[in-house]
Amino acid sequence: MAIPTESGAGTLPVPPKKRSEARGLKKGLRQLLRSKTGMIGAVIVLIVCLIAIFAPLLATHDPNAVAPIDRLKPPVWLEGGSSDYLLGTDNLGRDIWSRIVYGSQVSLIVGIGAVLVSGAIGAVLGVTAAYYGRWVDAIIMRLADSLLAIPTILLMLVVLAVVGPGMWTLIFVIGATNWVSYARVVRGEVLSLKERDFVKSARMIGARSGRIIFRHILPNVMSSFIVLSGMNVATTIIMEASLSFLGLGITTPDVSWGGMLSDGRQYVATSWWVATFPGMAITITVLGVIFLGDWLRDVLDPRMKLKNG
Amino acid sequence: MGKYLVKSLLQMIPVLLLISLIVFVLVRVTGDPVALMLPESATEADRATLTRELGLDLPLYQQYGIFLANAIQGDFGTSFRYGESALPLVLERLPASFELAFAAMALAVMIAIPLGIWSAVKRNTFIDIFISGISVLGKAMPNFWMGIMLILLFSVMLGWFPVSGRGGLTHLILPAITLGVSLAAQMTRLIRSNMLEILNQDYIRTARSKGIFELFVIGKHAFRNGLIPVVTIMSLQFTSLIGGTLITETVFAWPGLGQLLVSAVNTHDMAIVQAAVFVIAIFVILMNILTDLVYRLLDPRIKYN
Repeated sequence: MAIPTESGAGTLPVPPKKRSEARGLKKGLRQLLRSKTGMIGAVIVLIVCLIAIFAPLLATHDPNAVAPIDRLKPPVWLEGGSSDYLLGTDNLGRDIWSRIVYGSQVSLIVGIGAVLVSGAIGAVLGVTAAYYGRWVDAIIMRLADSLLAIPTILLMLVVLAVVGPGMWTLIFVIGATNWVSYARVVRGEVLSLKERDFVKSARMIGARSGRIIFRHILPNVMSSFIVLSGMNVATTIIMEASLSFLGLGITTPDVSWGGMLSDGRQYVATSWWVATFPGMAITITVLGVIFLGDWLRDVLDPRMKLKNG
Repeated sequence: MGKYLVKSLLQMIPVLLLISLIVFVLVRVTGDPVALMLPESATEADRATLTRELGLDLPLYQQYGIFLANAIQGDFGTSFRYGESALPLVLERLPASFELAFAAMALAVMIAIPLGIWSAVKRNTFIDIFISGISVLGKAMPNFWMGIMLILLFSVMLGWFPVSGRGGLTHLILPAITLGVSLAAQMTRLIRSNMLEILNQDYIRTARSKGIFELFVIGKHAFRNGLIPVVTIMSLQFTSLIGGTLITETVFAWPGLGQLLVSAVNTHDMAIVQAAVFVIAIFVILMNILTDLVYRLLDPRIKYN
């Protein structure tokens, strides 16, 4: 379809029409059902999300309730275990099952939150670099290269040494150090889209830069963005767990799986469950996110799209 | 090549200057060192004296100049926890960290190269799926949890290895496996996709059509060309190696630079944080230059300029 110009002298090209949403969703579900790992990933992520949402209903105790008399109780199926504490208790008598349930909230909030922050920063910087070009582009890309050369955890350690631990600090710090891949992808897409006819024609009609960026360029960048975000949630969850394990991430009253592992480390000789279950929770969650992310990439990757028609 | 080396080393200077500026700013932002160093009963006069002695009453640019001048001479301040100069404390931890990092990287390469090649050669078979599965599991599992589980199994239950600390080879094995396996998990996938690319090349097809034994096709023709990306892959893992070393040293109480840095961050011992960041930054830059040189040596098609 093309828009005729006012004078009738010709037609202006328009951006490709987006398919109707309902058809896209049905097709997506069908593709998901066909992929075994994608299905497993989706189910795991769904379960973790449900656990996080319904945490107050699923937890059997207050995750921060200290009960010294019940410290280091084994899981229910072992001798000495009790049905009060399904997965046992930690060194302060806190119920491990409840802490894992509430820990899922933190992992998801930080995982998704940090990815949103880095995505936003990366998108803005990437679009800016590509759209305005020349020295703006050079400065931003140099900054990106320097950031990539620094070991991420080292950078975060130093920043957290200065600003102190905490959930929102962590979200912002992880987000602010992980924007490079987003910026690169967005910049690449914008550079190639910049020369396409529908953008040039939009400019000719007199559309302002901001309008062009949001209406025409960003929607076309979305799929790469989603794929990147899927992969980054996994690394962010592990990053948060690592920092919490080192004592620099989440602090009480928030519960973190990484923090639980740090507590459990000293008791691994006598009470293996304190460190085992939080680690399993992290591994299973991240595995689910990786599987789902891989499936998203297979579905949204333009090369795959062309193959399937 | 000499000119390239000199140029690279000279390019280190602006990078180090930038890092020094960032570290200087961060340290000034942490809070008042005077308040940290004096007891609560200190008077205003005591505070003023210490401020003057530390040079904190000077304008910021002068403070930066002094900081830089000191840094060049290797003086990053005194650790208030250990009461000694920070840089020697940092440097004496380096051998332990190198030992762990080197052992882990060697292990990672020994695991990842054969598995990656095998996975590529047996593409889409059960072996490929199995190896890919283990690789994904290795990526999903946090390496500090793997370390704790290894301690549980091999130190606590079986008693084969010590739980923590540095000593002989038995002390090195579990930390090296912990770090090496997580590196290998990432490298295997990369090596597999590189090998797949190479195996699809025309010259491989030619070698096969000539009737050359498959092992020679892979060993002689594919592998040598596969070495260059492996060097690149190893250098890409380098930043993961540093981060992983930090965490692994904490899990196993391995007395390396990582353990020192983490405890310094927890206690706000900024002199050590400064010195450690500098040392690690110099190391990262040197490794990048070295990797570049090795890369150019391996591939004669690349020119030095």
